[in-house]
Amino acid sequence: MALNVTIHRILRHRRFLNSANSTLHLTNTRCFSHAPSPSPSQSSKANDKDPHSGSSSLKDNELAKFAAISDTWWDSEGPFKPLHLMNPTRLAFIRSTLCRHFKRDPYSTRPFERLKIVDVGCGGGILSEPLARLGATVTGVDAVEKNIKIARLHADLDPTTSTIEYCCTTAGTYTHLNSFLLSIAFSHWVYAYQDHFECSQVIEHVANPEEFCKSLAALTNPDGATVVSTINRSMRAYATAIVAAEYILHWLPKGTHQWSSFLTPEELAMILHRAGINVEEMAGFVYNPLTGRWLLSDDISVNFIAFATKSQNAI
Amino acid sequence: MNRLVKKSVSNFFAFKIPTKSLCTGVVKVPGSNVAEILNENEKKENTTSNSIQQYDIAIVGGGLVGMALASFLASMPMTKQLSVAIIDSNPALSGSMSIKKEDPPDPRVSTVTPATISFMKDAGAWKYVEQNRHAYFDKMQVWDYTGLGYARYNARDVNKDFLGCVAENKVLHSALLSCIQDSDFKRTIYPLRLNSMTLNRSSMSVVEENMSSRESSSAQGQCARLQLSDGNSIYAKLVVGADGGKSRVRELAGFKTTGWNYSQNAIICTVEHPSENRCAWQRFLPTGPIALLPIGDKFSNIVWTMSPTESNQRKSIAEEEFLKDVNSALDYGYGPHPTSSLSGTQDLFSWFQMDTTVSANESFEVPPKITKLVSERMVFPLSLRHANSYASKRVVLIGDAAHTVHPLAGQGVNLGFGDAYSLSRVIAEGIALGTDIGEVNLLKKYEAERKPANISMMAILESFQKAYSVDFGPFNILRAAAFHGANYIPPLKRTIISYASGEQNFPVFL
Repeated sequence: MALNVTIHRILRHRRFLNSANSTLHLTNTRCFSHAPSPSPSQSSKANDKDPHSGSSSLKDNELAKFAAISDTWWDSEGPFKPLHLMNPTRLAFIRSTLCRHFKRDPYSTRPFERLKIVDVGCGGGILSEPLARLGATVTGVDAVEKNIKIARLHADLDPTTSTIEYCCTTAGTYTHLNSFLLSIAFSHWVYAYQDHFECSQVIEHVANPEEFCKSLAALTNPDGATVVSTINRSMRAYATAIVAAEYILHWLPKGTHQWSSFLTPEELAMILHRAGINVEEMAGFVYNPLTGRWLLSDDISVNFIAFATKSQNAI
Repeated sequence: MNRLVKKSVSNFFAFKIPTKSLCTGVVKVPGSNVAEILNENEKKENTTSNSIQQYDIAIVGGGLVGMALASFLASMPMTKQLSVAIIDSNPALSGSMSIKKEDPPDPRVSTVTPATISFMKDAGAWKYVEQNRHAYFDKMQVWDYTGLGYARYNARDVNKDFLGCVAENKVLHSALLSCIQDSDFKRTIYPLRLNSMTLNRSSMSVVEENMSSRESSSAQGQCARLQLSDGNSIYAKLVVGADGGKSRVRELAGFKTTGWNYSQNAIICTVEHPSENRCAWQRFLPTGPIALLPIGDKFSNIVWTMSPTESNQRKSIAEEEFLKDVNSALDYGYGPHPTSSLSGTQDLFSWFQMDTTVSANESFEVPPKITKLVSERMVFPLSLRHANSYASKRVVLIGDAAHTVHPLAGQGVNLGFGDAYSLSRVIAEGIALGTDIGEVNLLKKYEAERKPANISMMAILESFQKAYSVDFGPFNILRAAAFHGANYIPPLKRTIISYASGEQNFPVFL
């Protein structure tokens, strides 16, 4: 327990994050595990790819965009309204796929009991809180410090969600992200990995999606699950998610999304496959302007969500 | 860090306890030793971690609709683990009052539609209604004083066994209460009134408050706080206002309403007649409609709408005088009987020959003669009221708190049951997806489902009420034509029946 607290404090003080080695040292002394530690060659490759040293798979300007509006995360009429409206639909998909995969009773009120879930890019905790209410042990991870603060404070208001652990990655190198993720795994569960990774509406803001997926995969349990939701790189998505949402309806601030960073479902499936995770199911989100509600559908041309599993034989 | 914060918070709260118990102690037992009280209360507080009870849902108002919501929640697997507080000072809720079958029927009755009956059957409450006095009716006759037209409805027009069922309110209420008591639903009944309510409108302002003052209510920061009439408070994630037309919850939450008072009162009473009655009768008079509804055995219930002065007069006159008035109103008073003009209309609607309804072939019947008055006469003012919105953060209105209507079609409580059903389904959906049940977006789903249905019903009832309050030649003929149309055009009649039965939410002519 004390070590947990220590690790939290250390991460927050940022001192140790400046050098990957010290974090690794902490993790190595702490646990017995089979986690693949990021090899030095991998980290240098990442550094070579990025022109700036110290930049990560997360883009700095993306972080700044979110930091600017982080106070309004929980205002359901504010700038995050589309996310709030879409949330129940995402949860419906997650609930049905996870219940099926982990053989849980779909009529139970807490079907995710004893499941460990990490919400990568949790923002203000919009997805983490319902997952916690459904019984999961949730860890929320985000790169923006303000978001984590807001998320933590909001989660503490309700006893069921106050068990969520929020951790902030600072804008560090890829290795920091990876080792950081390793460290949170070890701080909570000595022998086990995460059962499930959740990454919703994040990957389109990430500079290097392939490495990002690799780090997600590295920490998923064999036979664990990964759910990624994002926007398709199609003409329809350009018209809907960028032109309509940002310029006409003003649902999102202009410049929230870059069409070139969108991934097509095939690309996402390929990236995940290379990381050892196989996409099993995909669904799309469709907005009905008459009722103002989002629905799950087979139409993956704009917003889509993918459910993938790590095969049992993988490392 | 979280744990440190929690520890400091609980320490702070411990300091707060003695001051609170001092207040309640003095209020509760004024005569005894204050020190004794302090010790007692502190002991009590030490056994429970929080002195203020926290519930998932607080239903303010334990009437028909409030209890219906509780029983619907108790019957669904997703919601039966919720903890519910019911706040109503009515002694009937303590369950100590039982219904004696020998008692004459209470004049307060409701007509429940088949849709409501099916909701209650799903919840497991209908079997209790059938154990007590109730009356299914399969025929209905509606006509007016001009004698120009009438309409007869039969359950067999829509291939059903009954059009509805009439039951005393106390029978329905105790059935719902028994249904809740059957299940191990966590409910606590507070026999008190609601004094005031504090809602945390913006979660971020609560968060800032908590950051600066380290309030002990950090865990309840998301909840609404209700102050009850005995000085105690409870917390709830969702407050449901089911407290009737003069809703306190609606007032405290700041919902605006639209509506007006009808310059009409309704007199209700129970009467007896020589033979059994299985038909619901309604005659529109110049001052308002009079309805005769079967309750069971040889009893029926009268609902007579009239102007306030007339109602005060009729309430105080002798029993025989009143019965004479009632019989005249139902029979020959104010105008002639409509003639069963089957021959005249045959050629007009002859193309519907293939599809005639059973009731189109029935001729006009005279309602039973009333022989005895078996209960006191009660008078109620009538009004139309509609809340502009049904839901806001942590508060939602159902039943009469959201809408009150004219009793001329027996729809009021059925709209309320529809609200309770819809809200219980929406809450179940929210729980299935891990949503906070007090969240506005979830509650707005309920509003989006019920508001259009309620408004369309209210519009229709209002148009009926206005149409029948005018005594003007051409208008009377229009109304007669409407009667004929409803009686002899089968698709129209079927739509009317299924809309009034609650099977359809909108009177769409299909």
